[in-house]
Amino acid sequence: MNAYAGTGRLLRLAARRDRVQLPIWILASAGLMAAGTNAVASEFPTEESRITALKGAGSSAAVLLMRGVPVGTDLGSLVNFRNLATILVVVALMSTFAVVRHTRQNEETGRAELIGAGAVGRHAPLTAALLLVALADVVFGLVMTGTILSAGLAAEGALAFGAACTATGLAFAGIAAVAAQLFQGARAANGFAATAVGIAYLVRGVGDALGERAADGIEVVSSWPTWVSPLGWGGLVRPYGQERWWVLALPLALFAACLVASFVLVDRRDVGAGLIPDRPGPAHAARGLLGPVGLAWRLHRGATIGWVLGGFVFGLAIGSLGKAVKDALGTNAGVIEMMQGLAGGAGGPDVVEMFFAAMMNTFGALAAGYVIQALLRLRSEEVAGTAEGLLATAVSRVRWVASHLVVTVAGAAVMLLLAGAGAGITDAAAGGDVGVGTLALAGLAQLPGALVVAGFVVLAFGALPRLTVGLAWAALVVSIACGLLGDLFGLPQLVRDVSPFTHVPAIPAVDPSATPLVALTAVAAALTAAGMALFRRRDLST
Amino acid sequence: MTHAISATGLRKAFGRTRALDGLDLTVATGEVHGLLGPNGAGKSTAIRILLGLLRADAGDVRVLGGDPWRDAVTLHRRLAYVPGDVNLWPNLTGGEAIDLFGSLRGSLDKARRGELMERFQLDPTKRCRTYSKGNRQKVALVAAFSSDVELFILDEPTSGLDPLMEAAFQQTVREVTAKGATVLLSSHIFSEVEALCSRVSIIREGVTVESGTLAELRHLTRTSVTVEAGEPLTGLDRLPGVHDVEADTTRARFDVDSTALPAVLAHLATFDVRSLTSQPPSLEELFMRHYGAQPAPTEAAR
Repeated sequence: MNAYAGTGRLLRLAARRDRVQLPIWILASAGLMAAGTNAVASEFPTEESRITALKGAGSSAAVLLMRGVPVGTDLGSLVNFRNLATILVVVALMSTFAVVRHTRQNEETGRAELIGAGAVGRHAPLTAALLLVALADVVFGLVMTGTILSAGLAAEGALAFGAACTATGLAFAGIAAVAAQLFQGARAANGFAATAVGIAYLVRGVGDALGERAADGIEVVSSWPTWVSPLGWGGLVRPYGQERWWVLALPLALFAACLVASFVLVDRRDVGAGLIPDRPGPAHAARGLLGPVGLAWRLHRGATIGWVLGGFVFGLAIGSLGKAVKDALGTNAGVIEMMQGLAGGAGGPDVVEMFFAAMMNTFGALAAGYVIQALLRLRSEEVAGTAEGLLATAVSRVRWVASHLVVTVAGAAVMLLLAGAGAGITDAAAGGDVGVGTLALAGLAQLPGALVVAGFVVLAFGALPRLTVGLAWAALVVSIACGLLGDLFGLPQLVRDVSPFTHVPAIPAVDPSATPLVALTAVAAALTAAGMALFRRRDLST
Repeated sequence: MTHAISATGLRKAFGRTRALDGLDLTVATGEVHGLLGPNGAGKSTAIRILLGLLRADAGDVRVLGGDPWRDAVTLHRRLAYVPGDVNLWPNLTGGEAIDLFGSLRGSLDKARRGELMERFQLDPTKRCRTYSKGNRQKVALVAAFSSDVELFILDEPTSGLDPLMEAAFQQTVREVTAKGATVLLSSHIFSEVEALCSRVSIIREGVTVESGTLAELRHLTRTSVTVEAGEPLTGLDRLPGVHDVEADTTRARFDVDSTALPAVLAHLATFDVRSLTSQPPSLEELFMRHYGAQPAPTEAAR
């Protein structure tokens, strides 16, 4: 058991490092869950009201795509339908980031070398990371179960809900453990694992959206894609809908398989190394690299290409649904209302246009995610010390921040344009008539929303460098929760106005109008300018 | 004499930690100035203030006649910096990083770059993530010395280099100073400082405790003397300025304050001296005296 020597100590170290972060993930989810449960109970107190809501929701491919499938009409089923898909994403991300943080990130920063030189076995760091995350996942599940129970719902469903969370978290911990062995950088490993979460969500969504209506007109039976997605399994356990406990074996089996794979990989590679060796590169810099913008492009290139391609593929997938939405929904008033909600409350008679308007908001959120992860590079460069070397040359602080902004904004613009165009292409191929140009512009219209998020990140970076990372991701959560989902959550207009995406016109459901877009851009510019001014006045800090 | 760097009364606190507590530093144009001090004395903090990366809480600082915080960009065109902990972008090659730094600074001598690459035996085609500490330092050194600037600020630039590379470094520093450049060299390697620096400043707990030429600093300290005579040596321990006498009748070993040396020599001349060796204090001893078990000077000042 020498390979595991020191695991206990490392586990305590990891727990100490995460003593704030993990509880925040778990408690925030519990808050979300409690709010969601109470909202359902107060909004749909009677079975009749629930049936009406579920009939409407279940007939909307978009709602199924985002929410999963309804499994029954009692209160618990509605709590499941409303919350499970989202909560599973949260637990998946929590697990992924935590595993990478305690494995690859340690190696990248050289901490693992110090640790490995101590009386610590080769398997100990990975084991400690996985134990910590497994513990966090179990606590996460228990807290979810407790939250639902405290609302007075039945125990079996609450247990199934919690177990689904725990098992899903474990599955993604396993995926992250393998990614951490394969990739040399923590960012790359995080990127891979987070992309895996995104793809799993999309595959699960498509499987649910294509699901078959059950005979009662309420339940929807997921189609096969849901069964191959690790984020689909949680829903397939069916909390509060004749629980299918055996499905829990799927995420647990994936976890076990990933465990074996990651430990085999640990034995086969050196500390710090990935599996793909480095080849020699150019001895001289190309002309394109020789400037702050050139360097920023070089640093963002890989991630940007990935996000742009991902956005395009996502657009293609969304576009292919347009025709189906039209055929399936017709003029169902409940669905139209739901869709209006997703589209930010915009009115309009055409359900397909409304569907696309709702999806454009999703593209906007995607662009915001890209912008945040790209601009956080400013902070990671500062912490890593590369910013120090750069700013000791004749590059001003403003120019340095601007170089990253230029690349990021251009990347977000191209991504939105291609995502919209992608939706237009597949819609046209399926016989839709919304138009590639219209949807491409509708995508691009989301850019000012993403710019405001970018401005906020720069402001956070200038004002509170040590909190930048947390504030930036919180901004994404707020802009999605208040903007995209604000209407569905029944938030008051004042709160929804906080999100920049609330103010983006819901093209193509409504006519484009320049005023809000110009206003958003102005806000973004003001935030950015304030952030830069503060950054010019502060010390570099690590 | 013009000053490339002049700082007086620099103060900088990080929260409750006082990193600099009234630091003075003057570097004349054209000299190689050594900056010595134990770990945590505030050397790197001082250097970061000189570069405008940190802002001093109090005190005056001028670098090449400008304000390093306000005029950072224009000053940075005229200076090159090698940090103690060289951090590079992992996915760039060493060659790319050197060209990039040169271009961002605004000057890169291609011929010089090739010459230095040869001298420091650096493989420019490797990715920065695969470089060792020493090799990352070589990248920063080649990048700095390939540029045509007036001032070099070097923060422990050779801590990861082997002795051969150390020699190459010293040669390079002499080349740039021969052309009139100024060098501020923070270092823990005494031989390097003794070989290169015309003046040194010793800092401790954020204040300058000594500053001057090596000769001046030696003057402030003690010379150790070993003497052997044909007759018993007497009266040594009664002389002012003589310390730590170890004597057995005809032989003695003692330390003497540099100021008391003439009187001691006059006293020794009255004996039948057979051999006499005297050793000026090494920089290391000087250093130890300031680092050593003395109470912190700041305590007395407060």
